Amino acid sequence: MIRVRALRKHFDVHERPPGVAAAFRSLFRRQTKRVTAVDGIDLDIAPGERVGFLGPNGAGKTTTLKVLSGLLHPTSGEVAVDGHEPRRREDAFLKKIMLVLGQKQQLLWDLPPAETFELNRAVYDVPREQYRATMRELTELLELGDLVNKPARTLSLGERMKCELAAALIHRPRLLFLDEPTIGLDVSMQAVVRDFVKRYNEQNGATLILTSHYMEDVARLCPRVVVIDRGQIVYDGALEALVERTRPDKRIVLRFAREVDARDLESLGQLVRHGAGESVLQVPKDAVNGVVGRVLAELPVSDLTVESAPLEEVMSEVFARGRGSR
Amino acid sequence: MSLRNTVRAFPTLLRVGFADAVAYRAEMLIWVLATTMPLVMLALWSTVAREAPVGRYGQAQFTAYFLATFVVRQITGSWVFYDINFAVRNGTLAMRLLRPVHPLWAYAAEALAAMPMRIVVSLPVAIVAWFVVGWAGMTHDPFLWAVWLVSIAGSWMITLLVNLLIGCAAFFLESSLKVMDAWLVAFFVFSGYLIPIDLFPPRLRAAVEWLPFRFQIGFPVEVVTGAHDRGAALALLAGQWAWVAAGLAATALVWRAGLRRFAAYGG
Repeated sequence: MIRVRALRKHFDVHERPPGVAAAFRSLFRRQTKRVTAVDGIDLDIAPGERVGFLGPNGAGKTTTLKVLSGLLHPTSGEVAVDGHEPRRREDAFLKKIMLVLGQKQQLLWDLPPAETFELNRAVYDVPREQYRATMRELTELLELGDLVNKPARTLSLGERMKCELAAALIHRPRLLFLDEPTIGLDVSMQAVVRDFVKRYNEQNGATLILTSHYMEDVARLCPRVVVIDRGQIVYDGALEALVERTRPDKRIVLRFAREVDARDLESLGQLVRHGAGESVLQVPKDAVNGVVGRVLAELPVSDLTVESAPLEEVMSEVFARGRGSR
Repeated sequence: MSLRNTVRAFPTLLRVGFADAVAYRAEMLIWVLATTMPLVMLALWSTVAREAPVGRYGQAQFTAYFLATFVVRQITGSWVFYDINFAVRNGTLAMRLLRPVHPLWAYAAEALAAMPMRIVVSLPVAIVAWFVVGWAGMTHDPFLWAVWLVSIAGSWMITLLVNLLIGCAAFFLESSLKVMDAWLVAFFVFSGYLIPIDLFPPRLRAAVEWLPFRFQIGFPVEVVTGAHDRGAALALLAGQWAWVAAGLAATALVWRAGLRRFAAYGG
């Protein structure tokens, strides 16, 4: 579906120090700085895959998505998306894809979303019958109800994002780029968006590429993650394997029937947290069974779970290692 | 982006554009009040002409001229530069670029979709004027009325293309609002909107007559008020459409260069 070889993209951006004098100087002489956003990426994505792009701010995730969707022209390298060169933005290509930018909207601001849906039906040349069927399905799955008839400007952020998703899917794209689709949404709305996107992928076999700062989005949606840092891919593979590789230790979350002294726990492993009623021990993966056995035998345990390190911590460590190695 | 796709989607683009144009009723009323400058100029020049005609203009001629100016401006006006400038600056142009319809066609449809509202506003003025001043000061030649219709189309095209060009200037300038401000200063003075071109000093008039501003307003007004015979009207019509052709070429060039820059900087 997607084949990328040696993709590079740099921008020349204006630079100006703060202050009136600098502002005045910049009227006559502009200083520019070359920023390398993507620095030699190779990538293959198969049809129907769900892939998460992870990386700190400015890592090159959105730039890569924009190159893949044809909005940005690569500085160098090869990009092929379902047999098309995205930068040419041919009709046949545009009808296969959609890019949802969480911070940019395509809904017509002063009109009800139903008008944007109808506009998209026309520009994507969707047959009426198919349009009606798609709208029925989207209305049900996203619980759109009366939202489609209220001016977009009067909708809440969550309601707007649901309508944005519906507008994006009217032509049933085979390739969906989602850039921070849950940004600013509350927890329940994030879950609605995630569930919907996953179901769309499963029912339509659509390929999905997602960027998000919410690790929960990536954990729930993407079996495969591509970690990008400073324009380069630093990891490409299964999420579990990344966690395993970065933080091989496991965490044992313990709840006690009565208070337990911290010293009793420190002898079992690294005590990450010790508070009222709950403590967290970090132990090597191989030692989990032994530690669990000892804890159950020696301490008044009321509840016990074994978890991997939180994804946020794993990613922080991956990025920190990346910075440390340069 | 194929023309076939655009043609097929055009009726929907127009319908949605019309819905957008009438979304705010209060804003529309203010807009109507804000476009009455030709009527103010009519009152002013009529007072001046009460004593004696100014050039070829007596009171009846001034009335016909400025009522025609009001109608032409209403029908051919466009402000899409503002939308383009905004879309380039905040990056929402990206969403338009993802659709299989050329964004400039979509902007043209939006401008065209506003026309029915503009006609609704200008029609009562034209009817009242017809009752009050009759045909005095207007041409009676059906051929010139036909030329007027074509010149209205040309005037609308030039105004739209100026909007597209200035909107696209945002690709290079980061904001092109001030460019439009500068254009409007020249437009108000040299288009015949405030002062008929034939009242300009001869040397200035010779230059202004071939600038695009005059073909935006003055030329259609001159045709319908009988300032030109058939031959002269046709020659000027050719001049007007030459500006349309130049505007099309310039817009295509600036759009392509601008898009490369947009794509280079990150959208």
